Amino acid sequence: MKFQGYRRPDGTVGIRNHVLVIPSVVCANRVARGISQQVSGTVWVEHQHGCTQLGADADLTAHVLVAHGTHPNVYGVIVVGLGCETIRAQDIAAAIRKQCPYKPVHLVIIQDEGGSVKATAAGVTAARAMVGEASGLAREPIDAGELILGTECGGSDACSGISANPALGVASDMLIDAGGTVILAETTEIIGAEHLVAARAVDDKVAKRCYEVIDRCEALATGMGVDMRGGQPTPGNIEGGLSSIEEKSLGCIYKAGSKPLQDVIEYAAPITKKGLVWMDTPGQDIEQITGMVAGGCHLVVFTTGRGTCCGSPIAPTIKVATTTPLFHKMNDNIDLDAGTVVTGEETVADVGRRIFADMLAVASGKLAKAETLGFNDFAINRIGPTM
Amino acid sequence: MKAIVMKPADNVCTVVETVESGTAVAVQSGDGKTTITVVDKIPFGHKFALRAIKQGEAVKKYGETIGLATRDILPGEHVHVHNLESCRGRGDK
Repeated sequence: MKFQGYRRPDGTVGIRNHVLVIPSVVCANRVARGISQQVSGTVWVEHQHGCTQLGADADLTAHVLVAHGTHPNVYGVIVVGLGCETIRAQDIAAAIRKQCPYKPVHLVIIQDEGGSVKATAAGVTAARAMVGEASGLAREPIDAGELILGTECGGSDACSGISANPALGVASDMLIDAGGTVILAETTEIIGAEHLVAARAVDDKVAKRCYEVIDRCEALATGMGVDMRGGQPTPGNIEGGLSSIEEKSLGCIYKAGSKPLQDVIEYAAPITKKGLVWMDTPGQDIEQITGMVAGGCHLVVFTTGRGTCCGSPIAPTIKVATTTPLFHKMNDNIDLDAGTVVTGEETVADVGRRIFADMLAVASGKLAKAETLGFNDFAINRIGPTM
Repeated sequence: MKAIVMKPADNVCTVVETVESGTAVAVQSGDGKTTITVVDKIPFGHKFALRAIKQGEAVKKYGETIGLATRDILPGEHVHVHNLESCRGRGDK
């Protein structure tokens, strides 16, 4: 089973060929955006971080920025810094070059260029050249087993566990059968269902890790001294019929299919194993997507009951509605309808096969709706204070 | 089909269309079929009790515990945050 993708010089596989503009610090957001808006064919990210961060928290932010630059869906990178920040643009650019020596990387430092206008001009000049080069690359047939899928459910309703998540579970199993990798994440939304996931672990060590990450996550919630309900499940989840985190989680884990759990890894950590892997991320959709993509996910399938429009700047994000009325109501944003399971028009397996077929089409270049609308949602999980 | 029972062990089911109070709803659980008259309006995607659930008893969906009943719940009654509490992430307890 093949799709059409880009084979990078180091052997990794990309399904997009983006030129990405990355600010190393919040102060460089405006210039990064200005560069990207003037060069058709580029994408950019914005974030609130990069300065006055410490230790592991600063390291994690830097890692996520570098990992987006080195991602095989990215052809080349413009890194923009202010010049005096904690997470220096020079270091981000150097780390990307070191890991991917074949990749064009251009550095723009606003203070060195003489202000935002000149920095934007320098970035535009470099980005224009990179987009020209990138457009010359051709896709080639690549085995579906090389794909890494990130799964996500956001804005869940009571049909998430009936239609879209079980159908995504079928597609997840199909990808793993083809030799691929599937990421289950959003640890908060596994609370109450962890025993079912742990029972599928390949060994005791992985099973133990399931309970450890759940305990760590639940301790963060209880440490706030309140009932988690309202934050998880959210008010929209509750309006949609979900009464507790346990109920949400039990519906949530269906999207991970039925295959053995190979490993539990940290937020944004490199994904190296085949099969099903649990990445420990928060339940917040954008922090989760950003972590999964930083780990190496090529694309994301995102099920939704309340409706969502978000998408990664570099990894196509395919939306699946849990009900047909939602699919029609937010049709500009939602790619596929799993509501046919609720009405009885299709089986869970039918919808699963449709999701898998769409994954391969999108991997080959078909645009997900979030891409056509230019969504570039990006949020890095913070594990320390802003000083 | 108006209501879905996920697993035979469940004591609640999910409605897939809004059901008005007093409506008799046919429910299939495992091999058994019953009809339950709902005593509240049940909005789309929400749950009602398949049988009486005692205060403190586990509410079961997907064959698993989704929380505890905070008071006695009658068959056909809406089951949601007003009469079910989560057992997890309870920093308030």
